[in-house]
Amino acid sequence: MNHVIIGTGPAGVVAAETLRKRSPDADITLIGGEAERPYSRMAIPYHLIGKVDEGGTHLRTAPDHFDALRIELLQQRVDSIDADGKALALDNGSRLGFDKLLLATGSRPTRPPIPGMDLPGVVNCWTLADTRQIIAGANVGDEVVLMGAGFIGCIILEALALRGVKLTVVEMENRMVPRMMDEKSGGLLKRWCENKGVRVLTSTRVNGVSSDAGKLTVELEGQEPLKVSLVICATGVKANTDLASGVLEINHGILVNERLQTSHPDIYAAGDVAEGKDFSTGGYSVQAIQPTAVEHCALAAINMAGGKDALHRGSINMNVLDTMGLISASFGLWQGVDGGGAATLDAADRYRYINLQFAEDVLVGANTLGMTQHIGVLRGLIQSRTRLGRWKHKLMADPTRVMEAYLAQHIP
Amino acid sequence: MLKSLYINPDKCTGCLQCEMACSYENEGIFNPSRSRIKVFTFHDAGRFVPYTCTQCDDAWCMKACPVEAIVFNAATGSKDVLNDRCVGCKVCTIACPFGTVNYNSASGKVIKCDLCGGNPQCAQACPTGAITYIDADATGLERMRAWADKINTQHAAA
Amino acid sequence: MAWTKQILRINLSNATVQVEPLNMEWARDYLGQRGLATRYFVEEVDPRVDALGPDNKLIMTTGPLTGTMASTGGRYSVITKSPLTGAIACSNSGGFIGAEMKNAGWDMIIFEGKAPSPVYLYVENDQVEILPADDLWGKSVWETDELIHQKHQDPQIRISCVGRSAEAGCLYSAIVNDLHRAAGRSGVGTVMASKNLKAVAIRGTKGVGNIKDPIRFMQQVAAQKKVLADNAVTGAGLPKYGTQVLMNVINEMGALPTRNMREVQFEGAHSVSGEAMHEPRKSDGKPNLTRNAGCFGCTIACGRISTIDQGHFSIKEKPEYWGNSGGLEYEAAWALGPDTGVDDLNALTYVNFLCNEDGMDPISFGATVAAAMELYEMGVITPEYTGGIELKFGSAEALVAVTELTARGEGFGKILGLGSKRMCELYGHPELSMTVKGQEFPAYDPRGIQGMGLTYATSNRGACHLRSYTVASEVLGIPIKTDPLATDGKPELVIAFQDATAAVDSSGLCLFTTFAWSLENIAPQIDAACEGDWSVEKCAEVGARIWNLERDFNMRAGLTGADDTLPKRLLKDAANVGPAKGLVAGLDVMLPKYYELRGWTADGQLTDATRQRYGLPG
Repeated sequence: MNHVIIGTGPAGVVAAETLRKRSPDADITLIGGEAERPYSRMAIPYHLIGKVDEGGTHLRTAPDHFDALRIELLQQRVDSIDADGKALALDNGSRLGFDKLLLATGSRPTRPPIPGMDLPGVVNCWTLADTRQIIAGANVGDEVVLMGAGFIGCIILEALALRGVKLTVVEMENRMVPRMMDEKSGGLLKRWCENKGVRVLTSTRVNGVSSDAGKLTVELEGQEPLKVSLVICATGVKANTDLASGVLEINHGILVNERLQTSHPDIYAAGDVAEGKDFSTGGYSVQAIQPTAVEHCALAAINMAGGKDALHRGSINMNVLDTMGLISASFGLWQGVDGGGAATLDAADRYRYINLQFAEDVLVGANTLGMTQHIGVLRGLIQSRTRLGRWKHKLMADPTRVMEAYLAQHIP
Repeated sequence: MLKSLYINPDKCTGCLQCEMACSYENEGIFNPSRSRIKVFTFHDAGRFVPYTCTQCDDAWCMKACPVEAIVFNAATGSKDVLNDRCVGCKVCTIACPFGTVNYNSASGKVIKCDLCGGNPQCAQACPTGAITYIDADATGLERMRAWADKINTQHAAA
Repeated sequence: MAWTKQILRINLSNATVQVEPLNMEWARDYLGQRGLATRYFVEEVDPRVDALGPDNKLIMTTGPLTGTMASTGGRYSVITKSPLTGAIACSNSGGFIGAEMKNAGWDMIIFEGKAPSPVYLYVENDQVEILPADDLWGKSVWETDELIHQKHQDPQIRISCVGRSAEAGCLYSAIVNDLHRAAGRSGVGTVMASKNLKAVAIRGTKGVGNIKDPIRFMQQVAAQKKVLADNAVTGAGLPKYGTQVLMNVINEMGALPTRNMREVQFEGAHSVSGEAMHEPRKSDGKPNLTRNAGCFGCTIACGRISTIDQGHFSIKEKPEYWGNSGGLEYEAAWALGPDTGVDDLNALTYVNFLCNEDGMDPISFGATVAAAMELYEMGVITPEYTGGIELKFGSAEALVAVTELTARGEGFGKILGLGSKRMCELYGHPELSMTVKGQEFPAYDPRGIQGMGLTYATSNRGACHLRSYTVASEVLGIPIKTDPLATDGKPELVIAFQDATAAVDSSGLCLFTTFAWSLENIAPQIDAACEGDWSVEKCAEVGARIWNLERDFNMRAGLTGADDTLPKRLLKDAANVGPAKGLVAGLDVMLPKYYELRGWTADGQLTDATRQRYGLPG
């Protein structure tokens, strides 16, 4: 059996390892396009602030890790997939055949369709190469604009602030992390950042960027333009579906079933590129988060190796974010469900916030701000669909007692 | 023979000796807020429930870690945080459905139970036998696994 | 070390917060907690101050071992001048707030002045805020606890607060922490309320370090924990029965004060005993006792967690009392039970809940009700005064009714809130008040346990068992058995217990360890943790110094040797039954010898030589 995996992020790496465990004799090839050892994007912000060196971002640091597992690492770009011929065309002109293929190609940053986004000095924060550019261009006293206060924007915000730059954040929506936090907590995050000396412009559109004598001018709608030396674009990401285009069924990501199988039975997709099952809604969506990627790829690999009962029942969309020391988290259906109930605690003066969303007496979603202890239990309560009974009423009175609610129902 | 922590809440008096022993062993200071084991009080029910990582086989925390900072300890069966690799991203803290991995803002890393390398101080300190460290094939582990199963039944059988 | 070496000074009049270094010179002489806070208090407060005026201060204080792993190392004390006795008040409590204060980085919090309107103090490590408490005023302890937890969104906050009784001026109001532990005696809660201070809420995450010799300390901790575990009282009796282990024992030896101390044995003792708390109820098959519970760091766990029978008349219509809470301990059970002649365990548990819920010292309260019952049966107090309540000995209904009134400061409860001494004076029968220096007796009749007579008479905070618990020796044979009916050797015994107790109360440890531990077990733990030399002798000397300092304060406050006495009933009326039959309290024999051994004058005043010997402040 010949397994080929495209993508060397965590999903690709875990899939390769899981395959080896399940199929001791199979050929396994792991193909990556970046000129790097496999590394973790999640670690990039920490590399930016110098908490880890580049080596600290690498996956599987033992030098002979992949060799020992007989996983062939191929640093090559893939030009196209010949699904019927079960082979890949590589950019060096060669062909690579496969019995089973896994697409773990992840996602890539998008840039808004406005003028000047291709200028030098406008960078993403996505790859190690981007990081090197930011490290070179964002130093003490430099004026920097960060476009987009989404998850990635927020996570690198601290890194930028710690580098001592004069930072302005521009976000189109009315609050920070709009796809992760509700209005109250997103608003609190903004106030927190402003108190730490970061200028945050929400509900503000960037009309374009122009260059003049090495300086960039960022034109804003309804605001004075900003003169800066670096623009970091973190306005969003998109699934890397190019290879699947015309070959497989695609919506926002590559469509997969409960076996992580695409529209072609020998091709699987996992991680950020896959539009997989959502635990909370039962529908399919691109979650693009680390825990989901790991769940996908392990299950995909088991199925590729002929596993029978490894069905994906859906992943919970969840995120945790440290924005300059203020920790926020979101789980599942934090926006709430029709006919459901909510428990909220709002201590804006202390930057603490909890929003619990229920369907009947089952927790279905949550936002928290300023909470660091036992937050995983929110996932546990959602995922186990624990009926809270009278503990729901206790949580309505005091949402901080989620751990007790869990224990009361689960410890005999 | 692997051993595991067996917790019997019926014997717990809520004295927090375990939390002090844990924080002293791991942080060099008596500080319940830094303990890896936590006693929860149910005042109305008159119950105290010590709770910590069950070192579950699924190891959600370990799998979710993007930088391999949580590793399997073959000697004890525990999942240990490698401080020099942990970047403090906290993904494990939301991934663990039992809520037993916590972020420590003072160190910028996460903390979880590592069975003290095979000599758990909480069990040593417990005056009532509510926390014991016993052979993993004794009923204790099965019971703990049973709790874990309640979570896992909703998830794919791998 | 072990001290945090930092104290907080809160001026409530000006709403200012000040951080000061701990006076380490005093710490070397007074150790911590009771001793050290008393040293501060004596330095700063005029002994003749109005206890309920803004010039009185109130100190919440921990010991050097508070917050450490030493077994029972979770105690804190409240030091102030008592409105009940006019003497120094020092009330000790367990639970968790003492350790939390230490974890937040504070050895001591000194409250001065009076807030213009209700406030509470919020301490989160270095962040200290005086916050408005207008919405908490008028609320019970339990409501206040819940509201503060909700407000700060942190289940880990520990709270000490006063209830409605303190707000209403009840003179024996307690400061309740962790819902059902209390700095119970001498009206420390009344002082707190007089300052418009409703609550102190603390969250500490810094931890307790600064241990002088950590390895030796951990060895000592483990070794001494084993001593507690192996001892019959601390390892078996107290965990199983709590302090209620004593009810039947003391009754049998004829030293269970009954019906305002008219008698020394109670026919209903068994039904309110520790054993009875284990017996399944007929109604629901559950025992009164759900389980035992430990305070912070305590490996004894004598605390009781109990429920009331849901069908009992007191709570049938009140589901809010159907859950578990702090159950009966011996002194409370005695005061609310045998002393009032009530043998209804459910009623006693309910009344005990109310004492916790609204912060009343159950000893003083029960003893005051007992005196009121005697006055009622004499016809001095009539139904007209009580609002129709038939306040007869043995009436559970009457006990429940007057407790509800007193907890809220309503109706006849206002009279009961004066305490037994003032109430009996009001009705013209001061001789019926079973008090010393205005504070009600606990649960040991000094006719049957002679050492306790001297204990009560000389206690620096008025009648109290916790100043020299000679019951240990006279009843349980700890450390040596002495004859409870004899007066010989009791002055020596009382002094040794008083001094050792003062040292224990200054360490952060619980006095109940001394059923198994002596200073031989305690001093090495202090010595391993604290800088300086803490030998057994040094600890005893510190204890004696504290005792004399407290005494000195009381003398300057206007008390005299004449206050070192007992009610006539105990000095003149002999016990009518039991082993002590025919005996009165032999105080006249013991007291002169006690003064002499203390190095005081024949009328109980400190001499200059004694002052110098202990280096007391001039």
